[in-house]
Formats: sequence, C-alpha cells, structure tokens
Amino acid sequence: MYKIVEKRQLAPQIYLMDVEAPRVAKSAKPGQFIIVKTDEKGERIPLTICDYDTVKGTVTIVFQTLGKSTLEMADYQAGDYFTDFAGPLGEASEFIFEEIEALKQQKIIFVAGGVGTAPVYPQVKWLQQQGVQVDVIIGARNREMVILEEELKALGARVYVTTDDGSYSRKGLVTDVLKELIDNGTRYDHVIAIGPMIMMKFVAKLTKEYAIKTTISLNPIMVDGTGMCGACRVSVGDEIKFACVDGPEFDGHLVDFDEAMRRQAMYKTEEGREMLAMEKGSHTGGCCGGHN
Amino acid sequence: MSKAARVPVREQCPKQRVTNFDEVCLGYSLEEAVAEANRCLNCKNAKCVGDCPVAINIPEFVSHVKKGEIAEAAKVIAQASALPAVCGRVCPQETQCEGKCILGIKGEAVAIGKLERFVADWARENQITAAEAAPKNGKKVAVIGSGPAGLTCAGDLALKGYEVTIFEALHEPGGVLVYGIPEFRLPKETVVKAEIENLKKLGVAIETNVVIGKTVTIDELLNEEGFDAVFIGSGAGLPKFMGIAGENANGVFSANEFLTRNNLMKAFKEEYSTPIKVGKKVAVVGGGNVAMDAARTAARLGAETHIVYRRSEAELPARVEEVHHAKEEGVIFDVLTNPTEILVDEKGWVTGLKCVKMELGEPDAGGRRKPVVVADSEFVMEVDTVIMSLGTSPNPLISSTTQGLEINKWQCIVADEETGLTSRERVYAGGDAVTGAATVILAMGAGKKAAAAIDEMLMSSK
Ligand SMILES: Cc1cc2nc3c(=O)[nH]c(=O)nc-3n(C[C@H](O)[C@H](O)[C@H](O)COP(=O)(O)OP(=O)(O)OC[C@H]3O[C@@H](n4cnc5c(N)ncnc54)[C@H](O)[C@@H]3O)c2cc1C
Ligand SMILES: Cc1cc2nc3c(=O)[nH]c(=O)nc-3n(C[C@H](O)[C@H](O)[C@H](O)COP(=O)(O)OP(=O)(O)OC[C@H]3O[C@@H](n4cnc5c(N)ncnc54)[C@H](O)[C@@H]3O)c2cc1C
Ligand code: SF4
Ligand code: SF4
Ligand code: FES
Ligand SMILES: [Mg+2]
Repeated sequence: MYKIVEKRQLAPQIYLMDVEAPRVAKSAKPGQFIIVKTDEKGERIPLTICDYDTVKGTVTIVFQTLGKSTLEMADYQAGDYFTDFAGPLGEASEFIFEEIEALKQQKIIFVAGGVGTAPVYPQVKWLQQQGVQVDVIIGARNREMVILEEELKALGARVYVTTDDGSYSRKGLVTDVLKELIDNGTRYDHVIAIGPMIMMKFVAKLTKEYAIKTTISLNPIMVDGTGMCGACRVSVGDEIKFACVDGPEFDGHLVDFDEAMRRQAMYKTEEGREMLAMEKGSHTGGCCGGHN
Repeated sequence: MSKAARVPVREQCPKQRVTNFDEVCLGYSLEEAVAEANRCLNCKNAKCVGDCPVAINIPEFVSHVKKGEIAEAAKVIAQASALPAVCGRVCPQETQCEGKCILGIKGEAVAIGKLERFVADWARENQITAAEAAPKNGKKVAVIGSGPAGLTCAGDLALKGYEVTIFEALHEPGGVLVYGIPEFRLPKETVVKAEIENLKKLGVAIETNVVIGKTVTIDELLNEEGFDAVFIGSGAGLPKFMGIAGENANGVFSANEFLTRNNLMKAFKEEYSTPIKVGKKVAVVGGGNVAMDAARTAARLGAETHIVYRRSEAELPARVEEVHHAKEEGVIFDVLTNPTEILVDEKGWVTGLKCVKMELGEPDAGGRRKPVVVADSEFVMEVDTVIMSLGTSPNPLISSTTQGLEINKWQCIVADEETGLTSRERVYAGGDAVTGAATVILAMGAGKKAAAAIDEMLMSSK
C-alpha cells in the first residue's frame, strides 16, 4: 500500500499528490513515469514523475481528471492509500547522460502544454540544479489552467506563458511564442515538448522547418508498462517502438503523431459506457464534483 | 482391468461454458479418481515417471489414490512438485507422463494429470499442509519474477530455511498463471492464489510493483540489500508482431495485451475499470496454446472467432485438448492460411485481414513440411479485431541493466542447464527467461534445480 501524504488542487481538474514510495523515489530520474492503481478493481494508470524526494521517500504526481480512473483518483485524500504504485518506468531523459559542460553550451527550451507542465518540472529542476540555464514556454487554455509557473521561475528558468483565450499573459499558441523567440534571434539547440499529442505534433512540425533537435514525450495507451503487452507501440521513423520501455521520450521529427493520436482514442467508447454506468449510480465513489 | 476405458472427466457443456469464464473441466470425484487410479498397473520400471520433468513418483501416488489415501498421495507429489493443482491442469500431459504410460500403447493412458489435480484440489480443500519449513539459516535469497520458476525456487529455498523475497513487476504474483492462462482453464482465486498463500505460509515475502532493472538493480540487491544470491525467473513476456502493413491499426492486439486485460485486469467483469475491445469478428493469428486461449476468451466475450494458422491442423502446436475444446466452443479454424496485410478504414480501425492460402511443400532438413504460398489465392477475411499470437521472447530489462550477464542471440539468459548458474557469480536463472517460451512444468523444474544449486553454493561458502 502506498500512502498519499499530500494532496493539492493546482487548477480546476488538476491535482498534485505526494505518494510514499521509497523504492521509486530512490531510483527516479527526470523523464520517467510510474503506474498507479487505486484499488483492487482499478485500471493501471500511467503518470509522469513530477518530482521525487529521496529523503522523505515520496514521489510527486500531477494528473488531470479525464475519465473514470482519474476521476476516481481525485477522490483520494491525504492519508488514503493506493494499492499499487510501480516505477520508475521507461527511460530517463537523454540529457542526464550527457556531459554537464556540453549541456551548459546548449540553449535548451521546454514547451509545456497544460498538465504537461508537470513532467517538464523535474527536467528543468535537474538541469537548473546542474547549472544549465533553460527557457520554458507554458501554454494553457486560460489563466486558471496555468500550473507550476512560480515553481519553474523559482528554479531560475526563464518562463513565457501564453493562454488560448488571452486571459493571462498573452493570447496564442505555444508555437506562436516559440516561432517568435526563434525569429527574434534566439538560436535554440534543443526543444523538449511535453503536452497534448496535437501540440507536440505542431511543435515538431515547426522545429523541423528550423532544423532544431526536438524531443517529445508520448503518452499512448498502456497496460503493464514493462514491455509485455505491446499496447503502447508507436511508429518512430521506420521502426515500431514500445513507448513504455523504449520511451516515453522520442525524437519528435520521427514520430508518427497521426497514428499515435488514432491509437489514443481506441477505448473512447468503451470507457464512455463505464462513465455512463457510473453516473447512473452503479458506482459508490462520490465523484464528478466540479467536472463537466 | 487395464483394458477398461479411461474414466471420463466431467466438463461444463460447451453451449453453457462459452457464456461464462468458469472452469471448463470439473475434475474427478473421489469415486471416479479411485476408479481411474485402479487402471494403473503400478509398473516396476514406470515409463511415465521418466517423462515428467520433475519426476513425480507416479505409481506411488496413484497407488495411494487406489486405496483412498489422498493425504498420503499429496505428500508423495509434494516431494517433487510445488504446484500440482496447476500442473495437473495445464501440463501437456499427452506428450509427457501420459505419453509414456504403458497403457497408452494399446489403449488409453492413465489420466495422470487429472489424478494429480484431484489429489491437489482435495489436499487444498481439506487443508492438508504437505510441507514445513526448516529453521531459518540466516541467508537471504532474492527471486525475480513470480511465475512458476520463481515460485518453485522460492518455495524450495524457504523449506530449507532461507529468507526469501520475491520481487514481482506486476501488482499480482503468479506470472503467466495470472496474466496469461485464462480463468476457465486455471481458476485464479481457488487455485493460483491458494498456491501463493502456501508459499507465504512458508515465510516467503512477496514485494509486488518492483521492476528489477528499473526500481532496483541486481547489483543493488547483492551489494546494498544484503542478498546472498539472486534467482532470475522473469519469463519471456515480450510479444512478437508479424511486421505486416496495418499492424498498428486500432483493433490489433498482441495476445498478451488481450489476455492481460481480461485475466489480470479482469476486464470481463463489470465492476473492474480496465476496458477490453473484442469486436464482432476476431481473427487470432497463430496456432499455439496462447492462440487457443485468446480465441476461447474472444468467443466468451461474444465474438465470432477464427484461428488463422499457416500450416495444417496436424501441425498445430497447441495441445490437442485445447484445440478440441476450442472447436466445441465454436472457434472456426482457418488453417493453411497466412495473413499478408491488415486492412484499415480512414479512421484507423481494422476492416479486414488480407490472407493467402498455403500448401505444405517438401519436408525441410528438420523433416518439417514448409508451408508455401498457393499462387493467386489472395482473399480478404472481414474482421474488426486481429489478435497476434506469434510467440514471445525474454524482455531485455534485466539483461540490459546487469553488467556481465550473458545472453544469447534470442535474448535468452545463458545459464547452466544443471544448476541455473549464469555468467555472474551468485546469480542464477531459469524458466522461460532462459529457454524462451516453454511450459509451466519445465519452468518449475528449472526453479527446483537452481534452488538446490543455490543451497549447495551458500552452504559450502560458509
Ligand atoms: C507515459 C505516460 C505518462 C503520462 N503522464 C500523465 C501525467 O503526468 N498527468 C496526466 O494527467 N496524465 C498523464 N498521462 C495520461 C493518463 O495516463 C491518462 O489521462 C489516464 O490514463 C486517463 O484515464 P481515465 O480512465 O481517467 O480516462 P479515460 O476515459 O480512460 O481516457 C481518457 C484518455 O486518456 C488516455 N488513456 C486512457 N487510458 C490510458 C492508459 N491506460 N494509458 C495511457 N493513456 C490512457 C486516452 O487518450 C483516453 O482517450 C500519461 C500517460 C502516459 C502513457
Ligand atoms: C496464454 C498462455 C498460455 C499458456 N498455456 C500453457 C499451458 O497450458 N501449459 C504449460 O505448461 N504452459 C503454458 N504456457 C507457458 C507457461 O505459462 C510458461 O512457460 C511459464 O509460465 C514460464 O514460467 P516462468 O516462471 O519462467 O515465467 P512467467 O510465468 O512468465 O513469470 C515471469 C514473471 O516475472 C515477472 N517479471 C518479468 N520481468 C521482471 C522484472 N524485471 N522485475 C520483476 N519481475 C519481472 C513477470 O511480470 C512475471 O510475473 C502458456 C503461456 C501463455 C502466455
Ligand atoms: S507434473 Fe505434469 S508431467 Fe509431471 S506427472 Fe504431473 S501432469 Fe505429468
Ligand atoms: S506407466 Fe502407466 S500404468 Fe505404468 S505406472 Fe505409469 S501410469 Fe501406471
Ligand atoms: S504498456 Fe505494455 S508493452 Fe508498453
Ligand atoms: Mg480509463
């Protein structure tokens, strides 16, 4: 059993939790993920590691409520327990294997979309702590949905925010900001984009025009997360990769995003049915509060 | 009396069982078991024993059954096997113990598997504990993976007084016994869980959600956590795909994914959250036990189900009993048929499976007749789901994170056949991780040999 030691709501539908999982905390690296299962009947939910504390033995996750399982998760409070919490899974971000001095010579920019800001956090933290100065673009639907802006600034990163509706900072897409920065003369060596598949697709499209190396983090449907089922397979270049063991980060210029987006939608109707059953009251957890 | 026919075993009728996931085979009653046991000739030089990979003393346990001494029979089996209720159900008996039974030459072999199952079930229901652990000897062994290889190795070492911890990547122990083999062949709650509970009673600790190579490495177990030896029983879980066009379409699954959703995650039960998609018409590509399990599961989920296999029915690698059961349950066999492409609609969903007809050509060097394509035989099977059941290989997670652990070109861990010792000192391996996908009983046998070797190594080192 894995205890939730802290829970905070970061935005409407976005929650942060610190979970006691000492083994995971000890081995976690930026870029990796965990799989959580709330209770006996729950599904295995992959979530990126957003922070880890080896002293306290905790791992931070940030999730957005989308469907049945994440809604159920949002009902859990500090002091409650998840039955299962496995990780760290997947490969760590490539840069942690590079020479620090070489990294310091590079100009790196992160592009974070919505809840994708959370997985960007540990990467920025790791780099800033090694003395590597990075830039971050955060894109969100509106003011309320911007998360971790202050935390990223506190790490020393330069942060640009943009909102879809212009309710905060500036109006527009993350690609608008990135293009502007590049066109104004900043020469980036590496773009790391994490967010909705569609956002990563367009970031990669843009950076291809500028020939800037681009890393993206895929979040396909997963079951085991250990390379046993193949549910997470994605086409990268002319190869088939299992995102849970070969990824989740890949070269954004090689990923077949259209296929990945189609595959993501595979269980939409099935889970829609589950949601209907839940709303009809066949389910006990008092969920759906504030959800629309 | 040896000429008497085998006592038939009761089964759920096919029409009924395709609507549920309950066990198909209902097993013998005491009377039936005694009657079947009485067919055994109690051979002096019993051929059956030689072909049981763990050498259960078959004539001895069967003669106890003859006299109705079931607890005694259970003890005889326990000397050789830790998982008799499992093996009695899933061993390929017809090619092992029963394949060599003297009665099989002219008539029907003794139903050794069914008798073993009866004895094991009876012992469990009557709470007979067949074994007791020796006092603790102060040595610690880590076992990676909780499939039959790991469970057996852990059980044997615990009996000898070792402090054993099993590390399992998934949330539930059992390996293929829980995620692969379906409920209707191997009940999880009554059989698998019970066997695992027995291990816990012997003092074996099981840590789930620990992925060795990720959560912690073998070197850390040995150097930081104080384990004196490690046994790797991590199986061969990595699924193969065909590499044909359309294979990443929505509606194409590996058998592992399909079975894991259903067995481990219990997608077939309303109250569990994990979804499963079966569609209306399913093609299962492959002809082994895994393919039969996937097909019979798809049939139970309500789909018209086809097995698509490129050789002829005689070459099907699956057990005869499974093929027979699948047919009874309405699974359609399209043999001498090979898929060449998966057809996909504009939204990325499967609409059909393009296939060619095959015929068996001249025998190759190994004597096996190679299937060759029949000219102009291309056709399309209209299906909305394709399940690939083409075999699996060991996952590189452990080999890639353990310095100096030798593997072969099939990714299998290289280990000594008699002891399981790998290229690394104090690190042993066995089961599918070493042999590639094989059988439950072979994995158990490997776990047993490694336990003995680990014991010898640790006892001689101090
Ligand atoms: C490596 C990885 C890291 C992720 N990190 C985060 C994170 O840090 N924060 C966050 O909010 N979300 C993250 N996700 C996505 C998260 O797993 C899904 O939102 C969640 O599983 C949805 O479950 P649900 O039952 O609530 O919604 P559902 O109604 O089941 O699904 C909603 C959508 O979520 C996706 N999804 C559903 N089931 C799965 C599954 N088993 N695996 C992956 N995606 C699925 C699908 O695109 C689906 O259309 C990550 C996914 C992956 C693979
Ligand atoms: C669907 C199906 C049906 C089958 N039917 C039969 C049958 O009827 N009869 C028969 O004899 N055989 C059958 N087999 C084959 C048989 O199940 C296997 O040969 C046997 O289970 C192998 O045992 P094992 O202990 O080596 O590995 P497994 O049973 O595969 O167990 C390995 C375990 O190790 C865990 N693991 C892997 N990597 C790690 C890691 N890095 N860290 C921690 N844990 C890890 C896995 O999660 C798994 O639980 C079938 C197989 C399948 C898939
Ligand atoms: S373990 Fe398998 S091979 Fe051995 S006697 Fe039992 S059924 Fe036969
Ligand atoms: S070979 Fe057959 S008849 Fe002889 S001991 Fe074995 S099971 Fe009995
Ligand atoms: S999630 Fe099963 S192989 Fe990646
Ligand atoms: Mg879900």
